[in-house]
Amino acid sequence: MTDQAAPAPLIGPKRDLAPLLLPLAIAGFAFLLIGSPTTWLTLTLAALAMGMMVFVIASGLTLIFGLMDVINFGHGAFIAIGAYLAMAVLGPLAPWMQADSLTLNLAALFLAIIAAMLGTGVLGYAFERVLVRPVYGQHLKQILITMGGLIVVEQLLHVIFGGDQKTMALPTALRGAVLIGNVALEKYRLLAVAVGLLVFLVMQLTLNRTRIGLLIRAGVENAEMVEALGYRIRRLFVGVFIAGSALAGLGGVLWALYRETFTAAIGGDVVVLVFIVIIIGGLGSVGGCFLGAILVAMMANYTAFLAPKVALASSILLMVTILMWRPQGLYPVAKR
Amino acid sequence: MADPLLRLEGVHTHIGQYHILQGVDFTVPEGGITMLLGRNGAGKTTALRTIMGLWRPSRGAITFDGRAIGGVATPDIALAGIAYVPETMAVFSDLTVEENLILAARSGPIDPRRRDWIFSFFPAMQRFWHAPAGVLSGGQKQMLAISRAIIEKRRLILIDEPTKGLAPAIIEGMISAFRELKHEATILMVEQNFRFAAALGDTVAVMDDGHIVHRGKMADLAADEKLQTRLLGLALDQHQ
Ligand SMILES: Nc1ncnc2c1ncn2[C@@H]1O[C@H](COP(=O)(O)OP(=O)(O)OP(=O)(O)O)[C@@H](O)[C@H]1O
Ligand SMILES: [Mg+2]
Repeated sequence: MTDQAAPAPLIGPKRDLAPLLLPLAIAGFAFLLIGSPTTWLTLTLAALAMGMMVFVIASGLTLIFGLMDVINFGHGAFIAIGAYLAMAVLGPLAPWMQADSLTLNLAALFLAIIAAMLGTGVLGYAFERVLVRPVYGQHLKQILITMGGLIVVEQLLHVIFGGDQKTMALPTALRGAVLIGNVALEKYRLLAVAVGLLVFLVMQLTLNRTRIGLLIRAGVENAEMVEALGYRIRRLFVGVFIAGSALAGLGGVLWALYRETFTAAIGGDVVVLVFIVIIIGGLGSVGGCFLGAILVAMMANYTAFLAPKVALASSILLMVTILMWRPQGLYPVAKR
Repeated sequence: MADPLLRLEGVHTHIGQYHILQGVDFTVPEGGITMLLGRNGAGKTTALRTIMGLWRPSRGAITFDGRAIGGVATPDIALAGIAYVPETMAVFSDLTVEENLILAARSGPIDPRRRDWIFSFFPAMQRFWHAPAGVLSGGQKQMLAISRAIIEKRRLILIDEPTKGLAPAIIEGMISAFRELKHEATILMVEQNFRFAAALGDTVAVMDDGHIVHRGKMADLAADEKLQTRLLGLALDQHQ
């Protein structure tokens, strides 16, 4: 129309890079405070591993909220269920786990992860149907009923598996560290980082390159308009809920192996961090969630070393600081 | 006379405790452009949202192409062949122009001829094809919202105030776009800009306070300044 202005400039997507400087700044600052480069490297790897695990868990939750404004405190239940299912599968596979063969070790882990994700996916479907669907659009009821669901699941796990503390040992090939020079990099942490990056990559590809992914991003921004274009947002939401629950299950397996001991309360512990992460990242933003997870984990690991007394408060402090800078989180999602 | 494409009979809509539409009756004949006019707050947007299933009518019947669509879910109404350009435009700002249109073209890949046809009257869509819709100006967002409604052929297009906040030159361009569009789709358009409405409209319905207070030919209303003043509250020259 009246837009014959300049010779067509190719306008690419704008990128907001400022938040990406945060982890670099925090890591750099920690480097100065810690002094020892090897300690710093060890802590940084620990932070990245923890960050990736938290991201795997949080990524589904941020989309669940973004798409239908559902606040799901029950997300932690799937973390716990994932851990217990993996334990149940790894029990009979103990010879594979103890074998001195990376292939057998990974095969056992892979089977455990598949079982955990399938199980939590199916249970996520039931959870959505029975508990979440009746309270669409009602935040207070969502909080109460999903918390109730979490408690029920925890108690059921106690009944089924017993209330004692469980252990899940790492497979032989993933114990210990690889030495690079005089820096020891724990193998399992490297694996956790790899898995987290893989999940992030697959999610990015899905969200950016597939129609379903575009619909999810569009729905997070304006669910009503997605419906007006002829798509059933609730089906999309159920799919996201199932995928998010399965990812929480995967995160539960990773986390339980990382800690090596756990109880049914494992989910409740992590989910606090997870909520902080999705608020920092910007509700509904997967990229923000990724960054937020790394930031929270860095703060947790660096402060645990530098000032153990404030370690617990560090993620809250981080959240408050970031919200003062960007009240909607690092990558706010435009809402109608 | 042939059956109208869309018919509203005694439609009531409540939003929360508010009784907004209080028995709305009008029809949209197949082909051409029907204008839905009325003062601010008359209930025009509510009427379009009710047709689209975004509000559920509490009473009355809505018939589209012989099929009752009152109370039907929004996606099914869309699939029946109705496209919607909301007052807020509701472009997906995080998605590129292309991605917005990919979603709107729900039956498959975008038809390149159709895309070029849209470029012919909205060249900005071509220039910003790979840009996120969030960077578009208000007028360009409006063009994208309309493009989404026409990237595939639909029976009926509901458009809420397409000229809102647009510069006069852009409005001129839009008039020619809609003149071309009305050859293939029926349009129900809400408009505040009377000159624009008079230039495009074939039939007209005027709303006030949740009721239809006038129905007729657009040309007749355009020729009757007294009636315009009574129905819309403003004389034509003041209204620009
Ligand atoms: N979500 C809502 N909640 C409560 N009241 C509403 C809501 N939406 C609209 N209304 C009321 O309904 C009445 C009609 O609103 P509507 O938006 O349909 O008018 P309109 O004719 O489109 O007005 P405008 O020309 O300003 O766009 C107004 O009194 C408005 O305040
Ligand atoms: Mg309106």
